[in-house]
Amino acid sequence: MLEIRALSKSFGGVKATDNVSLDFADGSLTAVIGPNGAGKSTFFNLITGALKPDAGQILLNGVDMAGRTPPEIVRHGIGRAFQVASIFPSLTVEETMLAAVCADQRRASVLHRRFPLAETRDRAEHAMELLGLANKRSRTAATLSHGDQKLLDIALALVLEPKVLLLDEPTAGMGTEERWRMIDKVRELWETQKITVVFIEHDMDIVFKIAPQIVVLCYGRILATGTPDAIRKDDAVIEAYLGSEDHAGATA
Amino acid sequence: MTELQAGRDARTLDVPRIDARPQRYRDALIALVAFIILALLPAFFGSKQLLDFIIRCAAYGLFATSLNLLVGYTGMISFGHGMFFGLGAYGFGLMMQKTGVPVPVAFVATLAITCVIAAVIGAICVRLKDIYFAFVTLAFQMLIHSTILSWQSLTGGDQGLRGGIPRPPFLGIDLSNHLHLYIASCALLVIGLLLMRQIAQSPFGYTLRMVRDNATRASFIGIDVWRAKLTIFVLAALFASTGGMIMALFVSGAYPEFAYWTISGEAIFINMLGGVTTFLGPMVGTMLFLILNDTVTRLTEYHGIVLGIVILFFAIGLRKGLMDFVVEWVAQRRGQAGEHTP
Repeated sequence: MLEIRALSKSFGGVKATDNVSLDFADGSLTAVIGPNGAGKSTFFNLITGALKPDAGQILLNGVDMAGRTPPEIVRHGIGRAFQVASIFPSLTVEETMLAAVCADQRRASVLHRRFPLAETRDRAEHAMELLGLANKRSRTAATLSHGDQKLLDIALALVLEPKVLLLDEPTAGMGTEERWRMIDKVRELWETQKITVVFIEHDMDIVFKIAPQIVVLCYGRILATGTPDAIRKDDAVIEAYLGSEDHAGATA
Repeated sequence: MTELQAGRDARTLDVPRIDARPQRYRDALIALVAFIILALLPAFFGSKQLLDFIIRCAAYGLFATSLNLLVGYTGMISFGHGMFFGLGAYGFGLMMQKTGVPVPVAFVATLAITCVIAAVIGAICVRLKDIYFAFVTLAFQMLIHSTILSWQSLTGGDQGLRGGIPRPPFLGIDLSNHLHLYIASCALLVIGLLLMRQIAQSPFGYTLRMVRDNATRASFIGIDVWRAKLTIFVLAALFASTGGMIMALFVSGAYPEFAYWTISGEAIFINMLGGVTTFLGPMVGTMLFLILNDTVTRLTEYHGIVLGIVILFFAIGLRKGLMDFVVEWVAQRRGQAGEHTP
């Protein structure tokens, strides 16, 4: 269970995250939506330790993560993927996976053995298969297509076997068809891996179709939370975000 | 079948896997063969000049290759790596002159001193990024150089450590004998390269590559970037220090130039010549650099200009080091050959 308690962060006078409290149940799938500058990425950055919160708590199964460094938080089980695929350009897909498992097994400083370690193979293999990257294992990350780089980024988070997986716009920069493939993949991972998934998404069609739970952020505050149906009917959301006309207008 | 689903059938594909163990034996074998060849060399070519050249290659090679652990593998461009070369030379020379301990003891003690100093300097520097890291390492280099210059009673100031470095025989090895010194230098070179190769190919070596490629991402998979950088900074310093010790034994002294910033510049120059994408690139660069240096200084007093033109050729013409160029060329040839035989 991931519980956010009164989380706040300001940049200068701007409250990027303003007293946000949220619960993410184990095994839930939640979409975070909101207009540009709503504080979605800041929210993720706070949870994963990229930014230090000014106030508030981030409780993962009762342990406070607030103010800890990214490596510590990752080791507690909160993994993330980035809006712009964040990978290791010169490593191959397989090396990336093997090295990540090494890090997760606390073997990143091992000097006396050769890379890769036998005990990292199975997990690396599993992650590559889950994301459909196994047949591209020998490709250097830099040579992968945009979509595959995003998958590799997610694989990097997933291979660490996190309890909570945060995906910052998994479909960013993709065409319509590719978006749906990606989001199907996200949903499939959520169903098969039984982990808590939180993702940021701009495309309302996608959000309303696949997310059982939606959080709407606006100016760093929670505007509404609930099921797609409840969000659709929520007056505050309609007024502030979806607009009076069809929700397609809000698609980024 | 969509692109995303494609991986499901991948298990049936026969894909070559990375295998670690044979590599290790292969490297050890190469090192052994290299050492045997080097050790047998004096039996066939007695020329003192050649042996001298190889001793200098050992000193500079260890130094330049250790810089590549920082520059090539971790992406840390240090402009002050030469301070550890100087530290090795002075540490070892002073230890032998002032205390008269056996050579191996002085060797280990110098490494210990280097380790402590590198840890302190590294702790300050490795948090800094790119150009700031480069300049602060350079500043520390200047600090050590001025300390050597001004602490005359200990270091002899700008005269350097004179009067020769005593080298009592140990375990049947007499380093005042030129042949013994040659063999010892070769042994240190081969062992040093083998150890650095091990570092580069270990799980830690891949941690370094991740830090170089994308330090932010590395920290989000649980890697302590600061610790990784500090560790390699200290390890690299130890090998640079070893290079300095070989140099001190070779010239039987230590001079302020060994700790001057130009020595760091030379190591960077060597890395650019040889290339930083292959492990042996800096070693090839070392040989090129020393040959170039020796021939050019013999022919003209304006050797700086010639070296400058050469580096321009590599930087602007090839846009890479010699070994990078060779590796790419071979890969291209193989690629073309592969196309003809489907």
